[in-house]
Amino acid sequence: MDYQTIIVEEKNAVGYLTFNRPKQLNSFNESMHQEVSSVLKRWAKDAAIRAVVISAEGRGFCAGQDLNDRVVDPNADAPDLGLSIEKYYNPLIKLITEMPKPVICAVNGVAAGAGANIALACDIVVAAKSASFIQAFCRLGLVPDSGGTWFLPRLVGRAQAMGLAMLGDKISAERALQLGMIWQVVEDEQLKAEAEKMAEHLATQPTYGLSLIKKAIHAAADNNLDEQLILERDLQRLAGRSSDYREGVQAFMQKRTPQYKGC
Amino acid sequence: MELMKTELIKTSSPKAGVVLIELNRPEKRNALNNATLKAIADTLQILDSDIEVKTVVITGNTQCFAAGADLNELAQLDVVSIQQDQRPLLWKRIDEFSKPLIMAVNGYAFGAGFELALHGDIVMTGDNAQFALPEIGLGMLPGAGGTQRLARLVGQQLCMRWAMTGEVISAQTALQHGITSQVCPADLTVQYAVELAAKIAKQAPLAIRVIKQSLKSIHEVSLSQGLKLERQHFVWLAATQDRQEGINAFLEKRKPEFKGA
Repeated sequence: MDYQTIIVEEKNAVGYLTFNRPKQLNSFNESMHQEVSSVLKRWAKDAAIRAVVISAEGRGFCAGQDLNDRVVDPNADAPDLGLSIEKYYNPLIKLITEMPKPVICAVNGVAAGAGANIALACDIVVAAKSASFIQAFCRLGLVPDSGGTWFLPRLVGRAQAMGLAMLGDKISAERALQLGMIWQVVEDEQLKAEAEKMAEHLATQPTYGLSLIKKAIHAAADNNLDEQLILERDLQRLAGRSSDYREGVQAFMQKRTPQYKGC
Repeated sequence: MELMKTELIKTSSPKAGVVLIELNRPEKRNALNNATLKAIADTLQILDSDIEVKTVVITGNTQCFAAGADLNELAQLDVVSIQQDQRPLLWKRIDEFSKPLIMAVNGYAFGAGFELALHGDIVMTGDNAQFALPEIGLGMLPGAGGTQRLARLVGQQLCMRWAMTGEVISAQTALQHGITSQVCPADLTVQYAVELAAKIAKQAPLAIRVIKQSLKSIHEVSLSQGLKLERQHFVWLAATQDRQEGINAFLEKRKPEFKGA
């Protein structure tokens, strides 16, 4: 399939989705939303894809919404910013968080606004040393969207979340790592290889089990301990029926490397 | 258990005293045409008089409970033929089933599918369940108790809104408003419903019977009449051996063995 705004590659059971509007710092317009969503929807169902990597071309990761796509004439009627969020950003965040396989984000440069929060919605975030994160919304009188106000306090705690969202300062990848916002920082030239290595590893792992882990950790944000313990019992019950669990136990007993099929 | 042969539903007995009915028209998303509804009603009637059967679970498949009525059938009915339609009678027969009826709902329960779920004494729901009354979109209204049973469950506000918009109700929302008693991972819904059914199947059948009667009467009678009815059931149970057995077993710190006598 032909894409105008993204690059799509499938290799060794890994789906690579690369934002490709480098001149606009990979900011989202409508066609990019449509292309990203169609690829993610397909991979969500495709059992042959067992891990997803989201990254970007050029020096930036994603600058969020392309403001050229929005009416900014100060004399015009107030725009309805809820529309594009309802139609595009919210479904995109759900596609990532509900994807039944690991989603790795390789942040190669500046991740601003919705771009930062799309990265935070991914399961494991690896950033290049020169990458940075900005909750730019407050500077325009807006609110962090794409799950920002949900992810931030859960990732870094309320005090840091408030500071990040109200001051809108650019923070370095190292700082993001210190705050617990992301998983790993690597040298710029190592980023691609690190993300690929991690994805290829995850793509050989028990995908179904990983999807249940993801489900449990997301549910934990809303559950109390009692509810979560019940959910863990339920998910373990399901996991215990998978062929990968059988294979894992057998391989352990036979002292060999397990061959997981992802189901 | 002698049941009629039909492709429309599958019946099995996964646990002692429990019968599982699975709607089996996956290609039609288990749309409830007259034949399917009749198969359910006929099966329930047979199960009602089978003393080995204590509880019944109805389910669809993991993607879909039942996505509505059969629109091709509905489209053929005009105002005259719809008056002679056997559907209301079929629904009535399902409603009259006297034993505990548990609905295990995964995926879509739309329109008639939702209304079938509302016929359950207890509803268990998969986390992928979606309820809706989309009849309004077809210029109709729910015709099998949807407006009545749902309003009694969730109140007039939500029922009006849902019936007038056809909005989809998630499993969590259904739990919040008492449409379902539990949300399970979809792959476990039937297992958990069957386990619940088995638990109920071990209880004293006569007591279960009057509990169902008592509870089903709450929308028919006033509170004072309901309390009288409850008292009558209470007194009536005093004549049963199972009540004696239940009390004895409790005092002797052992498990009761109920006989339905």
